[in-house]
Amino acid sequence: MNAPPVNASPANPAAESAIVTLLAGFARALRADGVAADQGRVAACLTALALVDPADADAVYWAARVTLCSEPDDFARFDPVFAAWFLGRAAAPNRQQPPARKAALLTPGAARPHAADDDADPADGEPLAAAAADAEVLRHRDVTELSPAERAEVNQMIALLKPRMARRRSARHAPGDGRRLDVARTVRAMLRDGGEPGHLVRQRRREKTRRLVLLLDISGSMSPYAEVLIRFAHAAVRAAPQTTEVFTVSTRLTRVTRPLRLRDPDLALQAAGTAVPDWSGGTRLGESLQAFLDRWGQRGTARGAVVVIASDGWERGDAALLGEQMRRLSYLARRVVWINPHRGKAGYAPITAGMIAALPAIDDLVAGHTVDALTQVADLIARA
Amino acid sequence: MFTDPSQVADALTAVGYLPDLGVATAAYLAIGMRRPLFLEGDPGVGKTALASALAQITDSELIRLQCYEGIDVSQALYDWNFPRQILHLRAAGDSTADTADTTKLEASLYQREFLIAGPVLRALESSGRAVLLIDEIDRADDEFEAFLLEMLADDAVTIPELGTIRAQVPPLVVLTSNRTREVHDALKRRCLYHWVEHPDLEREVDIIRRRVPGAAAAIARQVALVVRRLRELGLVKPPGVAESIDWTQALLMVGADRLDGPAATATLGAAVKYREDELRVRREVLPDLEALLSQ
Repeated sequence: MNAPPVNASPANPAAESAIVTLLAGFARALRADGVAADQGRVAACLTALALVDPADADAVYWAARVTLCSEPDDFARFDPVFAAWFLGRAAAPNRQQPPARKAALLTPGAARPHAADDDADPADGEPLAAAAADAEVLRHRDVTELSPAERAEVNQMIALLKPRMARRRSARHAPGDGRRLDVARTVRAMLRDGGEPGHLVRQRRREKTRRLVLLLDISGSMSPYAEVLIRFAHAAVRAAPQTTEVFTVSTRLTRVTRPLRLRDPDLALQAAGTAVPDWSGGTRLGESLQAFLDRWGQRGTARGAVVVIASDGWERGDAALLGEQMRRLSYLARRVVWINPHRGKAGYAPITAGMIAALPAIDDLVAGHTVDALTQVADLIARA
Repeated sequence: MFTDPSQVADALTAVGYLPDLGVATAAYLAIGMRRPLFLEGDPGVGKTALASALAQITDSELIRLQCYEGIDVSQALYDWNFPRQILHLRAAGDSTADTADTTKLEASLYQREFLIAGPVLRALESSGRAVLLIDEIDRADDEFEAFLLEMLADDAVTIPELGTIRAQVPPLVVLTSNRTREVHDALKRRCLYHWVEHPDLEREVDIIRRRVPGAAAAIARQVALVVRRLRELGLVKPPGVAESIDWTQALLMVGADRLDGPAATATLGAAVKYREDELRVRREVLPDLEALLSQ
């Protein structure tokens, strides 16, 4: 039973190479849509296809899906491509919408009103002196009121902002001066000495990085701050790629952790821009939060984590639902930090319905409209 | 041994696991390609049950490794039997007190006979007569995942003092995850990936009737209908197949022959596990129970 049956391998080499070509093109189309169909998976897919009846469309579908997909988010991308390549159906309409518009929202500097003529061109009347504005002053300026040059500098500052992560005790042990006995090491030392009891080796608890979850509201009312917040998230993902998760929230929940793992901030930003379908949409914070808790949070992503929500609390949906989900979140998370960019403005009071509903479950309500405020957020994360 | 996914489906059905086409194809390929099967899905959809059904149809022993945070190699793979080693050393020391060759003596301590095999080592040494279930891999930490890589890629493990132990015939490996965190892509790349869905209505009725032998077709169908409605509700913990089975059993225990309001209220705890969920179900589902069941 160890030798795989080779019942359906094509008889002639030409047919075989036709299948390889077809599959390579299929895999390329999948990769273009964000499915991680790499060489190893394609090779596995070839082996799998040789094991099933090539005339059975269902069997071919499942053989391709179990070998090429690697997470449930892949299925929605896989199905239309499969239909297009193997069943001859046109791709679903959602693949035909131009990605250019979405990407444009996240090209550097696009969040400002004059996105068209930027790039810090010295000829466009922006004096170079402005670029040299005192860094300390810049740290305290609202990010929505910056010139292109200042904005570029602020982006640099955020990229250099290496948020430190909070630590927690792990269940693992390392040799050290704790109370617990390291039996394996003690006995090993004893065996080396011919079985004579020697000194006892002890161990201590190791520490681990605490998980960080960022939920970023990218709806219309938050769009001036969206770029800065995503850059901040990128800095956090770069600082702790394994333990940081980032989601965007607008009309729906989108996980953008993967695109943000790219090293270059601008490329990461663009990749995230393509992944998110609902830029500047309405806000359904309660529903999105519920989706997060159901699909990720309750299963473990939010457990013991520091959860940072960035939103102005303009909830279009049911504020009661938001309150209920926030309470659920506060039971799971170690600390809930809410960034409200308006918090830093004079005369701000949390009076939007969403904010009022969420308030009881929030540990820290902070501003996030300047680099300085974001640095404080990073401190809060480190101390949680 | 199987030449078609439908044969696997029939074999699984015969041992009481009713697969859909996706599960059957994934299982068929895992057996045929000798590739680990990585299963994800909502809690209670039967991921673990699939592993034990696979063990039955391949006539193998099910070896289960439950993962948890802090699990390490000595719990999963092997541990040296320290008391035996010391006894051995004492005995050798007493009989050959003047032996100069201590290195030889020390080498004799690190032999296979002093090794306590953990689940992974047992599976590798089973000559292919084992299904190794690595349950809830997402609970273990990355260090442990890295260790599993060697085992999944080469069907071998390396013990520093002893060398590499390789499986003659690799065991069938089933990994499950509840997606509490993202499992490393290097691990997933070595596996077939399948997302286990909730069964459709007819299949669920069949599953309930097989698992709860005393259940009549009518009550199994009623439970499946209501559970399907509960899954649409967006509860904190939507009931899985495991809960459908429990609920049917609970109904039989209280002597109900159909799912009506009082019987449902009395046994709801078998299907719904959170206070908030219970309140919602009482408010939104139970009043319309008759209409729901008459569909």
